Amino acid sequence: MRAIITVIGKDTVGILAKVAGVCAEYNANVTEVTQSVLQDMFAMIMLVDISRLNADFTVLADRFTKMGEENCLKIHAMHEDIFNCMHHI
Amino acid sequence: MINAYDILETIRMIQDECLDIRTITMGISLLDCIDTDIDRACEKVYEKITRCAEKLVSVGEGIEKEYGIPIINKRLSVTPIAIVSAACNASPVKFALTMEKAAKAVGVNLIGGYSALVQKGFSAGDERLINSIPEALASTSCVCSSVNIGSTKTGINLDACRIMGRIVREAAEKTVDDQCFGAAKLVVFCNAVDDNPFMAGAFHGVGEPDCIINVGVSGPGVVRSALTKYPDANITEIADIIKKTAYKITRVGQLVGVTASKRLGVPFGIVDLSLAPTPAVGDSVAHILEEVGLERCGACGTTAALAMLNDAVKKGGVMACSRIGGLSGAFIPVSEDAGMIAAAECGALSIEKLEAMTAVCSVGLDMIVIPGDTTADVIAAMIADEAAIGMVNNKTTAVRVIPAIGMKEGDVLDWGGLFGKGPVMKVNTNSPSKFIARGGQIPAPLHSLKN
Repeated sequence: MRAIITVIGKDTVGILAKVAGVCAEYNANVTEVTQSVLQDMFAMIMLVDISRLNADFTVLADRFTKMGEENCLKIHAMHEDIFNCMHHI
Repeated sequence: MINAYDILETIRMIQDECLDIRTITMGISLLDCIDTDIDRACEKVYEKITRCAEKLVSVGEGIEKEYGIPIINKRLSVTPIAIVSAACNASPVKFALTMEKAAKAVGVNLIGGYSALVQKGFSAGDERLINSIPEALASTSCVCSSVNIGSTKTGINLDACRIMGRIVREAAEKTVDDQCFGAAKLVVFCNAVDDNPFMAGAFHGVGEPDCIINVGVSGPGVVRSALTKYPDANITEIADIIKKTAYKITRVGQLVGVTASKRLGVPFGIVDLSLAPTPAVGDSVAHILEEVGLERCGACGTTAALAMLNDAVKKGGVMACSRIGGLSGAFIPVSEDAGMIAAAECGALSIEKLEAMTAVCSVGLDMIVIPGDTTADVIAAMIADEAAIGMVNNKTTAVRVIPAIGMKEGDVLDWGGLFGKGPVMKVNTNSPSKFIARGGQIPAPLHSLKN
């Protein structure tokens, strides 16, 4: 089971570290990251393995939503199935 | 890894373009709750609804968080109460109160099924139920009611049209202090479907399994936004863009339905391939039609544009899910669609145009506010007209009009939330009374003879 974490917002120091830190806290293994900064805008897509999470995935999703609000970022943690179903036949 | 563009597209659809799952509706059969003692029957109904739907809301909320997609409503539909209450020789209002209590206990938004099927005549419990509808709707907040008065196979029960004209008025009169809200929870159908997940017309048909999950998707904002990127495309290309977008929207409905059914241990029924608007900005079917190239929804060309839209939504959605059902198509409820409200307010959209539009889209005259002095016979004749369109075209049609008691053209009824607000629209007041008073059955059309 995998999930996709997207982070969009104004670039500051340590965004990737903070997000990765939460992943480690919940035992979500980061398997792939694409990240770019365009005109001060930070955009990151992170693929994480959630099969060995130490909590319910909804708890992790809530944590990221809250973290996004606290840091003026938009952070979404969503199960990969929603992307797969929508974009693949 | 999944393409980054696809990921961002999905997130944009949800965040900026109002993509959501409109409803997960659990259908529950109450046939095993029938009892001659009404109190005993109500006890069984309460027990069964709360048992089957105990986890519906929590499972729905879990799916919302996991997939990051809002699920706006969790609803219930039950076997038409006219059937369940037929054996009790008492007013079925107690069933409505029981439905309300059970719905509140499990936390759903609405419960449908205070219904009767009288397309060919009235059986034991039907008239009792129909006459109790105004009281049932006035004494509950989340119970919805529907009555099927015609079908392609049977023709139209004109006696039922006459009665329903009166019932719609009474439902509004009894809730006059609550913006006539009773009538907003009452739908009169022709060719009603057994697996409709949308309110107010949802009921659980008798041929359905004991318990089932049906899903209704939404997404007018996503379709409109996709079209804005192609200002110069011809109409064939427009239809193609709508198909592709509808596919994506419907896939999410399928995913949510399958997941909910697995987690609840209940079979998955159908996805309703729908474009269901809300009064929120950017969630309007009328605005799609305007994006296609009409100055205002209701202008000449609206029916043609809507026919194309409705067809493309189905063609796109059909491949996206395992089973399709419900009403499947674009909805055009006036009060629930910001673009329709604006068009009605400025006079671009009339009831006559809406009637034409119902011939090519999903349902019928939906959430239309009419003057408070509209007679029961005029409402009955509106119902008969809509039913005729449904009967002849082999499609579902419906009437959900709200007589704004004490109000005139130009006034506004405002319910807020998903029900929205609607300006009082002009109605042709020439009397159809003699036609309605004739009663009897309009015979089924020749093309109903398919065997």
